[in-house]
Amino acid sequence: MSKTLVEKIWDAHVVKSEAGFPDILYIDTHLIHEVTSPQAFDGLRKRGLPVFRPQQTVATADHNVPTLNQLQPIKEELSRFQVDMLTKNCAEFGIELYGLGHPFQGIVHVIGPELGITLPGKTMVCGDSHTSTHGAFGAIAFGIGTSQVEQVFATQCLLQQRPKTMKIEVNGELGKGVSAKDIILYIIAKISAAGGTGYFIEYAGSTIEALSMEARMTICNMSIEMGARGGLIAPDQITYDYIKGREFAPAGEEWDKALAYWKTLYSDADAKFDSVLTFDAADISPMITYGTNPGMGMGIAAHIPAKGDQAVSEQASFQKALDYMGIEEDTELVGKAIDYVFIGSCTNSRIEDLREVAEFVKGRQKAENVIAWIVPGSKQVEQQAIAEGLDKIFESAGFQLREPGCSACLGMNEDKIPAGKYCVSTSNRNFEGRQGPDSRTFLASPLTAAAAAITGKVTDVRTLLNDPLHA
Amino acid sequence: MRKFEKLTSAIVPLNIENIDTDQIIPARFLKATTREGFGENLFRDWRYNGDQTLKADFVLNNPDYSGRILVAGKNFGCGSSREHAAWAIQDAGFDVVISSFFADIFKGNALNNGLLPIQVTDAFLAEIFNTVEKDHNAELEVDLENQTVTIVATGAKEGFEINAYKKSCLINGYDDIDFILNQKQLIEEFEQKK
Repeated sequence: MSKTLVEKIWDAHVVKSEAGFPDILYIDTHLIHEVTSPQAFDGLRKRGLPVFRPQQTVATADHNVPTLNQLQPIKEELSRFQVDMLTKNCAEFGIELYGLGHPFQGIVHVIGPELGITLPGKTMVCGDSHTSTHGAFGAIAFGIGTSQVEQVFATQCLLQQRPKTMKIEVNGELGKGVSAKDIILYIIAKISAAGGTGYFIEYAGSTIEALSMEARMTICNMSIEMGARGGLIAPDQITYDYIKGREFAPAGEEWDKALAYWKTLYSDADAKFDSVLTFDAADISPMITYGTNPGMGMGIAAHIPAKGDQAVSEQASFQKALDYMGIEEDTELVGKAIDYVFIGSCTNSRIEDLREVAEFVKGRQKAENVIAWIVPGSKQVEQQAIAEGLDKIFESAGFQLREPGCSACLGMNEDKIPAGKYCVSTSNRNFEGRQGPDSRTFLASPLTAAAAAITGKVTDVRTLLNDPLHA
Repeated sequence: MRKFEKLTSAIVPLNIENIDTDQIIPARFLKATTREGFGENLFRDWRYNGDQTLKADFVLNNPDYSGRILVAGKNFGCGSSREHAAWAIQDAGFDVVISSFFADIFKGNALNNGLLPIQVTDAFLAEIFNTVEKDHNAELEVDLENQTVTIVATGAKEGFEINAYKKSCLINGYDDIDFILNQKQLIEEFEQKK
């Protein structure tokens, strides 16, 4: 019987399937971090259980860590306690921890792929909704709550309803200044912040196939922002080339065996999806969000939609979002003065993102009114950036390169955007207060964020790409 | 996990769509390492001004409304996977959340904690909001066994869906871990074959 990629991987991991019950799904790899794990460890203690497969569990500290002076004790008491708790729990239950100071430390969704832990055909979970990132490798990867973290600790399995499947095809060539982030913001704007709920999404089509692994991760990362549990892309030569030689990737005979399996991981030609959507890359321009959920996005040169164009039931929420953002319906965003630029998060903090920003800002200077933070996704990304001299470029352009962590994406640590201030951010959520109480977020690509840092305003990056100095 | 069967209660209406988990419990309050006490910061930034004074116009600060049922606009609980959102709602005294659409992860987290998420039609949701606008003390009756929600004053009733397994978990107060632990041998056999 022909199957979609999701069905192939799912079926290969079903321990038990019984009518009237969710499937018992085997989990190959469990990633954990300091914020959503402590209560799960507590639960194990109360039940008197060990972690069933500690060698299939990997931990890092990322959500709640400072991005300056990481080797100093954490100043804020609650944060220090939470990070220390992870260290103690990992020691007690025998879990490998890449904590602060470790050369592998970083955002959980950045380190999995770069260490070769994330592989095609795997099932992976983490107590974080952006676990969908790992789907870029052709894995079933999704975010879970803390009760489920405890479940995986205890049994290496999850009770899960089989998801519906959706295929999103994007075909054709991307225009100038348009990147993976623009593709996914465009799709979310088209289908809304709830349009993917209940689905696992497979991204396909010539545009997706042409993307690098970093770009594919950006796409899969934001699947949750349309409500989907996960998103994935069939592995291909680009995937294999990225994985080969990484720290924990299979090698030698194991590699050959793995590769033979990975080559079977695609949706059969006549496989049935529950829903299929198709988009044309030529319709996508650099994107920006104007509202307070990731579905409220538009081409950067467009006008903010009019309230009257929204469904009647949604007009109050729409107006609430515009009021929060301090903007008016049917006006342009281009030219709006901004205060902060944040380049980072599990969406856009990989070496390719940093290279793209560096290339653009080289020889340019940030606007005086802007504070520009670049927070690398991992220690390895940070070291690579320094080795390539990107740190010098950032420094002379007035950008601050900080140490790895989730940082201002969710403002759990001290990296917060102040009340009322505007931030052009490469992260994944523009919810009210996401980057700090009363902060205002415009989501965009690294290139669009870099352009805003240079001009001090929301800027259509395409107007700066013809600059003779940067031709 | 505590058991759930039937509940008749007044409601707290929150007629806003796309309420995300960052509104339910902002990230800066996720530093605790136990499950208790999150109710204090439920909807923190909607309940309090920057200077920590109460926002009088927010429904949770309005003494006219009380009850153990929270009713919210569609796509409730979108965003982060933080189970703290379900813990905060429960800790603030709610046993049921009603909306016309729930985000997946939130719904699962709620069920895993004995907080019952009930999806109703847009029309019935509007009817609930209308009823409570007229009478702040209007009550709803939630019957899990028969899978119905009733507006007590008018008798208007709607059925709701719930996975049969999850329903039995709620009624009996047991959880997924209890269930899977009984399958340990199957899991080990699966690992052998892999």
